[in-house]
Amino acid sequence: MGVAVGLSGVAFGAAAITAGLSVPQACVLSLLTFTGASQFALTGAVGAGGDLVAATLGALLLGGRNTLYGLRLADLLRVRGPRRLLAAHGVIDESTAVTLAQPTPEAARTGFTTTFASLYLTWNLTTLAGAYGASALGDPGVFGLDVVGPAAFLAILWPRLAASAELRRLAVAGAAVALCATPFLPSGVPVLLAAGAVLVVMVR
Amino acid sequence: MTLWWAIAALCAGCYALKLAGLAAPRRVLEHPVVSRFAELVPVALLAALIAVQVFTEEGALRFDPARTAGLGAAVVALLLRAPFLVTLAAAAVVTALVRYFLG
Repeated sequence: MGVAVGLSGVAFGAAAITAGLSVPQACVLSLLTFTGASQFALTGAVGAGGDLVAATLGALLLGGRNTLYGLRLADLLRVRGPRRLLAAHGVIDESTAVTLAQPTPEAARTGFTTTFASLYLTWNLTTLAGAYGASALGDPGVFGLDVVGPAAFLAILWPRLAASAELRRLAVAGAAVALCATPFLPSGVPVLLAAGAVLVVMVR
Repeated sequence: MTLWWAIAALCAGCYALKLAGLAAPRRVLEHPVVSRFAELVPVALLAALIAVQVFTEEGALRFDPARTAGLGAAVVALLLRAPFLVTLAAAAVVTALVRYFLG
């Protein structure tokens, strides 16, 4: 898993530079946001020349799943005070998966701490490497790096699509809504509108 | 400078969302509407992001053969159960090759 995270760190660093962010901006995002999908979402929208407010809102919506992870982890970790403030930063897809897979609460706490620490280190070092690498390469489009972000999204999405026909229909609907809205709305807004497809599925 | 503000807002917001989960009362999670919404939203958002980043450019629909081929390569890699890195590499290499040969 460390290898996969390291590689997506490189991919994020490269994607951020492709989108027009500076190396410090890419690194600050990895240090302080530390949740890959939201980071890719922001840089992707920025690269498309999107409206920054809509781009930030879309990235925040994606970050909302970490809230759900936190709710599940709270009982296992039982952290309070300053330690809770620190632990909160580590609540992401990977650390949640490792923590919930442990047989005992003690193992869960150890699993959380080690996953958080090692992934935080890996993610930030590889972001730096990817950002510097892409800066040195010049035009990243020549190397096909502009497709790395979408490919990463697809890889994240794939297990859910494979598991459920309902989620496949929702994904198609979300993509269709965003594409249809693109000519008429500022960039970034169509992606937010796609989240509206969720409400249709939920009401049904 | 504006981009820095967006980055700052995203950093603060993402942290607040994580902390809210650790600090919130349990019954929030157990509410079926909350958990279902949280399950569905990322799927719609990620699919929309893929579509917009591959098939649009500067606020208009645009078919780019290179990016489309790259996404196709990613689909094939995922169908073959390729690891994450291989999937990303396949997408980038195919995009670069198509772009090179089509000029």
